[in-house]
Amino acid sequence: MATITGVVTTSHIPSIGRAIAKNLKQDPYWKKFFDGYPPVHAWLEKTRPDVAVVFYNDHGLNFFLDKMPTFAVGAAPEYVNADEGWGIPSLPPFRGDLDLSWHLIESLIAEDFDLTTCQEMLVDHAFTLPMKLLYPDDGPCPIRTVPICINTVQFPLPSAKRCFQLGRAVGDAIRAWNSDARVVVLGTGGLSHQLDGERAGFINKPFDVKFMDSLIADPEWATHYSIPELVELAGTQGIELVMWLAARATLTGSVQCVHSNYHIPISNTASGLMVMA
Amino acid sequence: MTATSTSRKIPGTTLFDGEQAKKGYALNKMCFSFNDAANRAEFLRDEDAYCAKYKLNRIQRDAIAHRNVLELIGAGGNVYYLAKFAGIFGLDVQDIGAQQTGMSKDDFKAMLAAAAVEV
Repeated sequence: MATITGVVTTSHIPSIGRAIAKNLKQDPYWKKFFDGYPPVHAWLEKTRPDVAVVFYNDHGLNFFLDKMPTFAVGAAPEYVNADEGWGIPSLPPFRGDLDLSWHLIESLIAEDFDLTTCQEMLVDHAFTLPMKLLYPDDGPCPIRTVPICINTVQFPLPSAKRCFQLGRAVGDAIRAWNSDARVVVLGTGGLSHQLDGERAGFINKPFDVKFMDSLIADPEWATHYSIPELVELAGTQGIELVMWLAARATLTGSVQCVHSNYHIPISNTASGLMVMA
Repeated sequence: MTATSTSRKIPGTTLFDGEQAKKGYALNKMCFSFNDAANRAEFLRDEDAYCAKYKLNRIQRDAIAHRNVLELIGAGGNVYYLAKFAGIFGLDVQDIGAQQTGMSKDDFKAMLAAAAVEV
């Protein structure tokens, strides 16, 4: 049976793509952010995953408002990145894992999750940049991937509790997958930030710190809040923390924080990073 | 009847709910088209014709003409699609943030940095 090597949760701010392209990793503005990742690389080197299951949110590259799935699972042989309109370089396609995709789809629907399945799926910065942060070498990403997209564009969004349940079911399904693959689970986005409205620029460090702590000791803490309450606490885009909840929920039993980093600001965002196993 | 996302008012925040999604469909569809470089060029060549092609209403057309993010949100715009519109002019999310909060970009950046020292 497959094993889950652990969970990585990370911000996916678009300007990271520009900083990587312009080689600004040691620039004073960026250093504290990028210095968070070498310990993740060492952990990946040690744990050697074969596949990444990635909880992320599309920002209007693959999905438009004509069809807006709440939960969408990729079932494509490869996932292509494309122009998002504001000029970060596109990354090479990512290899899929069709066997795991369909195993997840069958398992999740059997567990009463009503999914959208995608045999073609463009992946945006929320998928590509975290993969690039984990695997920074030139050329295509060395591991296979399965994207799981959660709607954070159009309200009502799925509740934090439901996203956590989705993650729990994904974890159970991975552990039941008839494969000797090693699987790392990613949750991308956050932490607190807000791009739109007069409250643009909102960041809530005390909430973020509490949220990151909660993922180790009390991972369902944030699921007791409604989505509007979480928007108020974390910002309209900080709601991306539901990806962190879904990813964390794939782990059961005692969970350790292997590594974490938190830095304000990158662009308009409080950036966060955790490795849990 | 149901507890909707609009039942809770968060200051300075518009949740992009069904009401907004209905109101802003044409505007958002136009901005979604800006994923494609050819469409961005076509918009720049003839803004009026491009807005007409997507059937923007008067309020949406004016908000586009004003390059005003709060007006665009008021007209049903969603920030993820609006960001593609802003990208045409090389504006980033801090430019947009400064405009919406009425600050200079430097003041807006200073506000963000100040969030790091809160306890």
